[in-house]
Amino acid sequence: MAKQVYYEDVEEGMEIPSLAKDVTTQQLVKWAGASGDYYQIHYDKDFAQATGLPGVIVHGRLKSSFLGQLLSDWVGEEGMVKKVSVQHRGMDFPGEQMTCKGKVTKKHVQDGEHIVELEIWTENPRGERTAPGSAVVALPSRG
Amino acid sequence: MAEQINLDEMKKAIGTQSEPSTIEIEKGMIRKFAEAIEDPNPLWQDEQHAKKARHGGIVAPPGLLMAVMMVGQGSPMPFRPPMPRILDGGGEWEYFKPIRPGDVLTVVGKLYDIREREGRMGKMLFIVSETTWTNQNNELVARALGTLINY
Repeated sequence: MAKQVYYEDVEEGMEIPSLAKDVTTQQLVKWAGASGDYYQIHYDKDFAQATGLPGVIVHGRLKSSFLGQLLSDWVGEEGMVKKVSVQHRGMDFPGEQMTCKGKVTKKHVQDGEHIVELEIWTENPRGERTAPGSAVVALPSRG
Repeated sequence: MAEQINLDEMKKAIGTQSEPSTIEIEKGMIRKFAEAIEDPNPLWQDEQHAKKARHGGIVAPPGLLMAVMMVGQGSPMPFRPPMPRILDGGGEWEYFKPIRPGDVLTVVGKLYDIREREGRMGKMLFIVSETTWTNQNNELVARALGTLINY
């Protein structure tokens, strides 16, 4: 695990370490099994194309979960993810690398908690933000 | 404007709540979830390791509540989405308390909002559901808003 990040280490505008995901159709099937989302657009190419999609697409909730992982990796063992908000603006396809990224937008102390707000997003290989969102986390303080 | 009338009818259902359902959080469920998203964080699986961390034991990763059927999501719509295709528009998850193995969560869904918009592919409905999870100590552990796009 990476070294614990503290509130004092964080500055507005800084990017957090990114998380790369190579999503395969196998992972989509694993996610379908784990989540119970068996909608065929996520594993049946013919079905997906019949609904007008170019092919099988990555589940929105899987992408949101990756963003959850991006945040829980960053806040470490002493932090807590408090809020994750994600909007699905573009589709992602298995076989393409997806990168989860985040940038600090604000930090403040509220009710004794050291709160950091972030902009988060998934990015496809063409640099397009397919799932932009925001997050709120609590970090430990050295103070 | 038959579709308009339908929308008005559907809007009357805003505020409808599902019957509460319960879900028991298990270590195996958390492990299966972590494996599916390929998240090796020991906080989700290694009790010895997790004991020394903020929450003092294994907890569920934030994504667990995004795995719809695994953790229950009341979909309290008294109607089926009227148009043929569905996409996930996104969601918002707020976490108030850690979720631990052994927790028994009560899940309640509520139809929160319905909006209509003209999109590139014609008329689109945005159907927003709220889900709350309350634990066995009657603590609200999380709340989510999820948007389905029906087009």
